[in-house]
Amino acid sequence: MFKLMEGEDVQDSVTFLFENQPVSATPGMSVAAALLAADVSIFRQTPVSQSARGPFCMMGACYDCLVFVDGMNVQACMTKVRDGMKVSRVPIINKDIET
Amino acid sequence: MNDPFDIIVIGAGPAGISAALEADHHGATVCLLDEQASAGGQIYRNVSQSTSARTKVLGPDYLEGGKMVRDLEQSGVVHRTGVTVWKVGQDGSVAYSKEETAAQIKGRHIIIANGATERPTPLPGWTKAGAMTVGAAQILMKSAGIVPTDAVLIGSGPLLYLVAQQLVSAGAPPKAVIETQTKKDLLGATRHLVPALKGWKQLAKGLQLIAAIRMAGVPRFTAATNIAIHGEDKVDRVSFDANGKSHSIQTTSALLHQGVVPNTQITRSIGLKHVYNAQQHCFHPVTDAFGQSSNSVFSIAGDGAGIGGAKVAALSGKISALNAVCQIGIIPRGICETRAAPLLKKRSSELAIRPFLDAAYPPPTDVLRPADDTIICRCEEVTAGDIRRFASLGCKGPNQAKSFGRPGMGPCQGRYCGLTVTQILAHETNQSHDAVGAYRIRAPLKPITLKELASLETPKEPETAT
Repeated sequence: MFKLMEGEDVQDSVTFLFENQPVSATPGMSVAAALLAADVSIFRQTPVSQSARGPFCMMGACYDCLVFVDGMNVQACMTKVRDGMKVSRVPIINKDIET
Repeated sequence: MNDPFDIIVIGAGPAGISAALEADHHGATVCLLDEQASAGGQIYRNVSQSTSARTKVLGPDYLEGGKMVRDLEQSGVVHRTGVTVWKVGQDGSVAYSKEETAAQIKGRHIIIANGATERPTPLPGWTKAGAMTVGAAQILMKSAGIVPTDAVLIGSGPLLYLVAQQLVSAGAPPKAVIETQTKKDLLGATRHLVPALKGWKQLAKGLQLIAAIRMAGVPRFTAATNIAIHGEDKVDRVSFDANGKSHSIQTTSALLHQGVVPNTQITRSIGLKHVYNAQQHCFHPVTDAFGQSSNSVFSIAGDGAGIGGAKVAALSGKISALNAVCQIGIIPRGICETRAAPLLKKRSSELAIRPFLDAAYPPPTDVLRPADDTIICRCEEVTAGDIRRFASLGCKGPNQAKSFGRPGMGPCQGRYCGLTVTQILAHETNQSHDAVGAYRIRAPLKPITLKELASLETPKEPETAT
């Protein structure tokens, strides 16, 4: 769980959608930070074993925070929130494929 | 492609900013490329937009970066932000994308200042949602002003103490600090203590941090072993052994750290010579005192050339820039050497503490070479046991390992498993780390879309006679 640090006050905010639910965030925040602040810790399921993942490095190196933004696979930690942005979990495409 | 820049600097942390400013000062045309929205790198991340609350928590060392960023804004450096560099050519060409559009520029000399990443810390459960690096938690403080409410810090090294203290002062004291270094490590490190006294200010800062953590009543455990992170999907508890007892602590945030290692993706991709550093347990590119690599077009400045920290990085940036502007004929060698001499001296005294830190806070063996069932490649979910099995089947190196079972072939392109794969294979096949080598890194250095690739201006084909 995350919270605002002591003394940090939020003036204005933007609202975006995550899995069709509104999430408010401070302008300038990354999508990853905004989701963590909104108590979302599971960002995706892995293609290999469908295990849950969330942000790990927060600096664009690990790719564990991948989310869908406007139909594109992006790193949530490298993407700034925008008003009205549509964010969702990456669909698992090979879930039903027999190997 | 437009007219070439004299110098292209990749990365706007302390090394990159200093390098760009120094080259600009000598009249070179400089382009500084950086992936973040504002300059500062990870150490001074977001410093120009810091709030008063964050500044209070992050302390004066963080604010020092602010001056550097302001100087950059006042300079003639062409600073391109939000730019992902995905190819660096041996001829000094650099291809990058910004907002889904690609471009390519050329430099007469390239200074690579892409810094470090946190050392991979594979342990049971490290892939669960809620486990992240200590550095990641600090980035969340710097860039978003948020803190984990019930963090448990796991690992070793100065950053562990710094972030623990910052969490205390942000009103979110960690539930525990679980450290892996032993008394034996500390005793072994004392032989480096006399030279380290040159860095007494840094040592004193470290002791102050430890005192602040103790004052806040945060439990500290040292020489911890058998550390595991538990939880169905999300982290709910951490278990470990220390002081002859087994412990279990509930938490939703397991923060991991075992020091930082050079980010060698770019330097590997252009085929520069690298060497394994046994003290820092990592590879770094081979450079001379000026940061010049095995290819005269490229220098490496800052942690990307070997871990030294922010102050060392800023000095290295200046030194590399002097060498670069000299090499392309802007200043004579004599001036370069005269100006670099005091910087080199200062850098060597800033580096005095390193051997002590490296010896006092070594990554434990079970992080370097984890137990069989621990995942080491987060992307493709390959375990340490898989790598050992590949070795028993005759796999000699990391590149071969890819065809055995895909480690290093996911989206992070081996950034978080490369070192571990090398460590395990070196041990299993009884070869040196240098002989085992590392993943071959190829462009694109980060995944890009076909649309981005297609947006790149195509150079005109020369007319051919028919």
